[in-house]
Amino acid sequence: MENQALVFSYILVMGTIGLSWLNQMHLEKEIILSSLRATGQLIVAGFLLTVIFEIEQIEIFSFILLFMCLVAARISGGRGKEIPSSYSIAFVGILIGSLLPFTLLCIVGVIQMGARFMIPLGGMVIGNSMKASSVALNRLVAEVGHQRSQIETLLSLGASVRQAARTVITPAIKAGLIPTLDTMKSVGLVHLPGIMTGYIIAGGDPMTAVKFQLAIIYMLAGTSGLTCLVVTLMAYKKCFNKQLQLRLLES
Amino acid sequence: MKPVNSLLKVCGVSFSRDGKFIFKNISFELFAGEILILLGPSGCGKTSLLRCLNRLESVAEGEIFLQGVPISRITSPDLRRRVGMVFQTSADLLGTVEESISVGPSLNQQKISAHAVTSLMEKVGLDTSLRNRKVSGLSTGEHQRLSLAQVLANEPQVLMLDEPTSGLDPTAVLTVENLVQKLNASLKTGILLVTHDINQAVRFNSRTLVLANGEILADGNIQELINSSQNLQLQKFFQGQF
Repeated sequence: MENQALVFSYILVMGTIGLSWLNQMHLEKEIILSSLRATGQLIVAGFLLTVIFEIEQIEIFSFILLFMCLVAARISGGRGKEIPSSYSIAFVGILIGSLLPFTLLCIVGVIQMGARFMIPLGGMVIGNSMKASSVALNRLVAEVGHQRSQIETLLSLGASVRQAARTVITPAIKAGLIPTLDTMKSVGLVHLPGIMTGYIIAGGDPMTAVKFQLAIIYMLAGTSGLTCLVVTLMAYKKCFNKQLQLRLLES
Repeated sequence: MKPVNSLLKVCGVSFSRDGKFIFKNISFELFAGEILILLGPSGCGKTSLLRCLNRLESVAEGEIFLQGVPISRITSPDLRRRVGMVFQTSADLLGTVEESISVGPSLNQQKISAHAVTSLMEKVGLDTSLRNRKVSGLSTGEHQRLSLAQVLANEPQVLMLDEPTSGLDPTAVLTVENLVQKLNASLKTGILLVTHDINQAVRFNSRTLVLANGEILADGNIQELINSSQNLQLQKFFQGQF
């Protein structure tokens, strides 16, 4: 792709900025900073991957994947910053949610050992886990705010934290799963996933590409489910203190 | 020596929010079979006080005793069942009227019989034909009665009512006031009723705590307080200057 074409594609981002400005959404600064950040990060990642792909040490892969989890937790935790320890919760959720399915696929041989496979697929899993965690945390905060009087009514009737928060836990987990569920529903009909497309473009057998892609989709589903569950179950408890009082401030 | 029938004793309790005192050094006692009116203008800390007694908030200073036991020694769920609170605006719990009334006991792994539900509905003046009606389909007045039945299902020792007649028409207000009087006669609980309406306090003609600017201005029978008010602040309050 020509660099000129890449610059022209930025017009689409500028269009979004224009829409935000016209509708007084005040998102212009965040869109500009996010797009510049994405550009910078991808350029640096490109250079780094060239070097990393030459390394074949598991310790270094693990360190890189752990670093990715930390960055993902930093971003995701911010979506629920009203909840105490949201960054730690996001980190644990992302680590567990991505590590277990990823390890499973490594063991069964879907993901081959080696930087060329583990780093991009690890990034994909962690990124997916981050999205699920962000949506779940964000929804949890919104539901607690929205259902505040219902939660306090239940508490005042003698409910435990789990009993009082029951109606906010389920929507948060469900919301975190929505992107993955929608992807599974639409895959092959609305969009052809990147890995499969890349494999076919590179001259691979479409059925092999499909099998590989399916394994990845299943892994991502497992990742989302596990992340949402861990994050939500850890986060809702933090919305209350030891006296069983709602800690989140009224919005 | 503590009075034997003292249910709730509040000693020098203060509460602050965002570093600002909402009320300070509040002390009073609630006895069994008594209706104690907590009268004060909006924003004076009445609801916050009830929330502290129900431990939805924690007090900054002071001690509260329930039947002589410091509430710090009682677990939150147990305390909340024993010191029941009916909110000014109660939340819509999902399900039917019967399910809603059963919530409190079921949270404590206890079942409430159909007969007990009927009895509670009758006690609060809720038409028993509504038992299978969705809570969301109730009127404001019915909703208020349902909230009362919900709290009574836990068999509380202290019943706290936060502005129980707010949003009701004048006839419904009188009906709820009669209901509170009837409950007081039939139950052995102490009732702590919060209101900003002096006329309502007069109608109850009961012991009244006057709360303004986060302090208790007076404690006594409302008629006597009105007639013999020497306190300048209290006079101002009764003249509606708060």
